[in-house]
Amino acid sequence: MYLFAEQLLNGLATGATYALISLGLALVYGVLGVLHVAHAGVYMAGAYIGIGVYSVTGNIWLAIIVSMIVCGFIGVAIERLVYFPLLKYPPYVPLISSIAIFTGMEELVRLVAGPSVQTFSLELPFPSFDLGGIHVSSNLMGIYVITAVVFFILWFITTKTETGLAMRAASQDMPIAGAMGIDSRFMVDFSFFVSSAVAALAGILVGIYYNTVSPDMGAIPAYKALALIVVGGLGSVPGAVVASLSLGVAETLLIGYAGIPLPRDALAFIAMIVVLMWRPQGLLGKRG
Amino acid sequence: MSYIITVATFISIQAIVAYGLNIIVGYAGQISLGHAAFFGIGAYSAGLLATKAGLSFWAALPLVVAICAVIGIICGLPSLRLKADFLAITTIGINFIVESLFLYVPFFGGALGLGGIPRVVFLGNKLKGGEFLTLCLLFLALVMFLSWWFSRSWMGLACISLREEETAASSMGVSPVKFKLVAFVLGSVIAGIGGALYAHQMRFIAPSDFGFPVSVMLLSLIVLGGMGTFWGPLVGAIILGSLPELARPLMEYRMLIYSLLLLGMIRFQPQGLLGEESVVSRIIGRHVGGDRS
Repeated sequence: MYLFAEQLLNGLATGATYALISLGLALVYGVLGVLHVAHAGVYMAGAYIGIGVYSVTGNIWLAIIVSMIVCGFIGVAIERLVYFPLLKYPPYVPLISSIAIFTGMEELVRLVAGPSVQTFSLELPFPSFDLGGIHVSSNLMGIYVITAVVFFILWFITTKTETGLAMRAASQDMPIAGAMGIDSRFMVDFSFFVSSAVAALAGILVGIYYNTVSPDMGAIPAYKALALIVVGGLGSVPGAVVASLSLGVAETLLIGYAGIPLPRDALAFIAMIVVLMWRPQGLLGKRG
Repeated sequence: MSYIITVATFISIQAIVAYGLNIIVGYAGQISLGHAAFFGIGAYSAGLLATKAGLSFWAALPLVVAICAVIGIICGLPSLRLKADFLAITTIGINFIVESLFLYVPFFGGALGLGGIPRVVFLGNKLKGGEFLTLCLLFLALVMFLSWWFSRSWMGLACISLREEETAASSMGVSPVKFKLVAFVLGSVIAGIGGALYAHQMRFIAPSDFGFPVSVMLLSLIVLGGMGTFWGPLVGAIILGSLPELARPLMEYRMLIYSLLLLGMIRFQPQGLLGEESVVSRIIGRHVGGDRS
């Protein structure tokens, strides 16, 4: 029973980090309709910048903030220099360029920081506690609290503010939104900035949670996150979050109890194909 | 010399597989990011038929074709229901699932791979080096002919019309279901033949030979050459196949250069080297003229 509860809590933390990656991807897809594989490159870069700043200053909050801002600008740069000029071409063109950027980023980090795995060991400054024999570590608490805060802020921005309204308008129809006086270009930049910053945060949290940071840490999330946003309904941010949390829990429980012979990384794709056969538009996607 | 022959053999096998992908993506307009899965299915079925069933390459070839066709039909079914981006991600999924089956099912040799695949025997002698290259080039010529014939046939024209405007084409009586599936299966079978050759060339195959990065490489190869063009896959295979060999002194930076090159290419010349409106085709058009599609 205790083991089950602990597995559930771990699964929830894994799901939360998936959600931080895939919600940005869903946001970006909603705005530009680009499958942003390089998002995982930003996530990996975020973890490296975080570890770099932390090792110099020793302050994890400073590391998180610096990494989020720098990665936000990396995201905007990718959008401005590559995706936006390529929008007029068929979707495989931005997709392939995105994969090329991702590979390039991985290789660059490998050359600069070395191919070896680096450890990122610290305790996040959150309380840890035992609840009737179930131990919740401070890092686990940190992931829950930080993710919840990020979800709340994003929910608030996108649904309660004018910026959020403009963002949604731009993602519906950019030219019309532009005609209505919305600076669509800025909204696209803003979406990329926010989602890349959140991806950087996810990178740091995953680095701390698993205690390791490596150049190829983005490889699995890159494609898993694609499967997740499809399951959630392409471009649907709540869908991506729901799909991520359920996958995190399902993975951990299935590996822990069912002992299925397939690797956990293939699970997301099997779930995706099952869901797509049943609902081709994804769980929370719109028909059409 | 044997080094050059080995590289040339790889390039011709890559070109064969790329011609298969070109039919799916270039002619039928379905984005497939999981083509390496079919390459792998061909390689594994050839390898297993040779090692476990003891069949010769020639006896196994029709079976390999049949296996790839059946799996191609099964995997092609999602492509009938799904559009562009959904399809792209589903094919990534197919690639991951196939790779993990090779990796986790002991019958396929697991992580250790599948070894001991014999050389191809023709008229009593084992083909190696230049002879095997000749065999690969013959298959390449056959596949190129098939591809040329397909693009000229009514099936190919139907596929191209679906690629350009599906609604209009289907209102003219072109069945999207039938022709998309035909293109997908043909492309898978060609990839499978490439895989069979690869298995007999390497004589040892492992799951990672057919992973997602290989699919990306295959797609970048036809993007570089020019998607949907006749010479595109060949030109792409020659350039991307020989480039890493020429850049060997820059070993450390090889992958970085490769990805930057791909990025630069697709950013500034998304039509590929030989595609419509590309630099090369404009130059050729100025000097030669005429139809080169």
